Amino acid sequence: MPTTATGDTTEMMAVGLAHYLTVSAILLTLGVLGIFLNRKNVIVILMSVELILLSVSLNLVAFSATLGDLTGQVFAMLILTVAAAEAAIGLAIVVIYFRNRGTIEVEEISTLKG
Amino acid sequence: MNWTLAAPEILLGVSGLVILLIGVIPRKGMFFPVAMAVVGALILAAVLVLGQDEGTAFLGQYVADDFSRFAKVLILLGAALGLVLALDFNEKADLARFEYPVLMLFATLGMMVMVSANDLMSLYIGLELLSLSLYVIAAFDRDNPRSAEAGLKYFVLGALASGLLLYGASLVYGFAGTTNFDRLADALSAGDVGTGVVVGLVFVLAGLAFKVSAVPFHMWTPDVYEGAPTPVTAFFATAPKVAAIALLMHVLIGPFGDLSAQWMQVIWLCSAGSMILGAFAAIGQKNIKRLMAYSSIGHVGYALMGLAVANDTGYRGVLVYMAIYVVMNLGTFAVLIAMRRGGRALEQVEDLAGLGKTDPAMALWMAVFMFSMAGIPPLAGFFGKLYVFLAAVQAGFWTLAIIGIVTSVIASYYYLRIVKVMYFDSAEQGALDARPASLTVVMAGTGLLTLLFFLFPAALIGAAQVAVAALAG
Repeated sequence: MPTTATGDTTEMMAVGLAHYLTVSAILLTLGVLGIFLNRKNVIVILMSVELILLSVSLNLVAFSATLGDLTGQVFAMLILTVAAAEAAIGLAIVVIYFRNRGTIEVEEISTLKG
Repeated sequence: MNWTLAAPEILLGVSGLVILLIGVIPRKGMFFPVAMAVVGALILAAVLVLGQDEGTAFLGQYVADDFSRFAKVLILLGAALGLVLALDFNEKADLARFEYPVLMLFATLGMMVMVSANDLMSLYIGLELLSLSLYVIAAFDRDNPRSAEAGLKYFVLGALASGLLLYGASLVYGFAGTTNFDRLADALSAGDVGTGVVVGLVFVLAGLAFKVSAVPFHMWTPDVYEGAPTPVTAFFATAPKVAAIALLMHVLIGPFGDLSAQWMQVIWLCSAGSMILGAFAAIGQKNIKRLMAYSSIGHVGYALMGLAVANDTGYRGVLVYMAIYVVMNLGTFAVLIAMRRGGRALEQVEDLAGLGKTDPAMALWMAVFMFSMAGIPPLAGFFGKLYVFLAAVQAGFWTLAIIGIVTSVIASYYYLRIVKVMYFDSAEQGALDARPASLTVVMAGTGLLTLLFFLFPAALIGAAQVAVAALAG
């Protein structure tokens, strides 16, 4: 891409709302696929859940900046705190599951069915 | 700012923290006193709810009106009786830890925040407070692999559902410019609603459909209902369902009322799918908790039928249906919790064989609940179905009404099979253990309400009418 000697960036693309929304949609998709395609272990699922929440926070902050309205950032802060509580409870449940079954492989989680 | 409007929630929150502090002081024997304190707090909160003023508080985040009052009284009743059902079972199953009632208290607080939410933020906080408490009590029998698996499955799918709901909320915020329900309603009634808001609404609907366990987001229900300890299942099937349905109604009718043409299609499909799955999938079930899970999916389908109609008669039908559903379900689970032989809890349908001879009183109540769920007049369940079918037929939703009638005929097969097992199969295993007084009281109380509802239907229907009037404004 041609730039002038003064480092003028007018020809470079400005990062706008659409870019944030695209990244966030990609993160959401990765998170959802991570939950459904993952056959290895439950920790990956916890990471995917965090990825989904991060994509939402990114969305909210981008909208908040574009709209010039603080509500989105307040919402994002709330999500951060709830995500921490959710991860703590998720890990606790994984620990009791491991103590009972001795494995956290996703394919093994199938005692209940019918 | 009139924060006193939220007095019932503040009372529950503060008493939850105080009870938690008191509970940790001695080592043992705190389950019963703590449970009684929590029941007391729930009753006190119900009294405060009945005397609550109307209005909004906390910068428009919280709303109190006749609709939230109706839903909250129902939730508090369901939660208090749900805790009474756990008293004896938890002692016998070695689950008598004081955290159980406290978690139920916080779950109830979450439900009350949900139905009073007037903003996407307070909606999310209420929903998460409920969900986080429920994840923990689903896995409460922590040395039992089935309970741990139920908790894990519920956690993973629940976290995914809240993620989708949040993603939808973020899109709605971005494209409508606000998270407040009143301002959203204003923004969306101005016409020219963008695709962004509709996509956001669909994501929010997916998240909420998971919480009410409507098809196609029902897959967690049978596993969690089967794996969780029975009193936990009883709780899952009652109060949180009412809260989630009330929240769904509030969100769809309030802020998204002008998009009803869009969401009616979605709710129609969820309703038809839930009724069909609930009728067919339960037929082959041997485990009675799993059977009740499919039954509850079916009942949610009937309730959603009233919402799909999208008029006041339909909304009234939903509220009446949910009130009757809670009462019937609490009674049925009181019977299931009383199923115990030689100290061991039983969960299979065959274990009820011969109950008509060995315990005629309990068999009678169970028969009342099963006939009521099947919708046989003059029991309460018939009136619940009558009001939603009436709304659907009046509004010309013939297909949905016919699906409803056909599926309720099919569903009566597995309800009546339980009655047949109780009265016509011989008891080879002998009688069940003597049941504790707490279960007898719940069984008889809910049984009498189910049996005698046709004598005084006006009270409930009038209350539902008032609640709907507040909602539809």
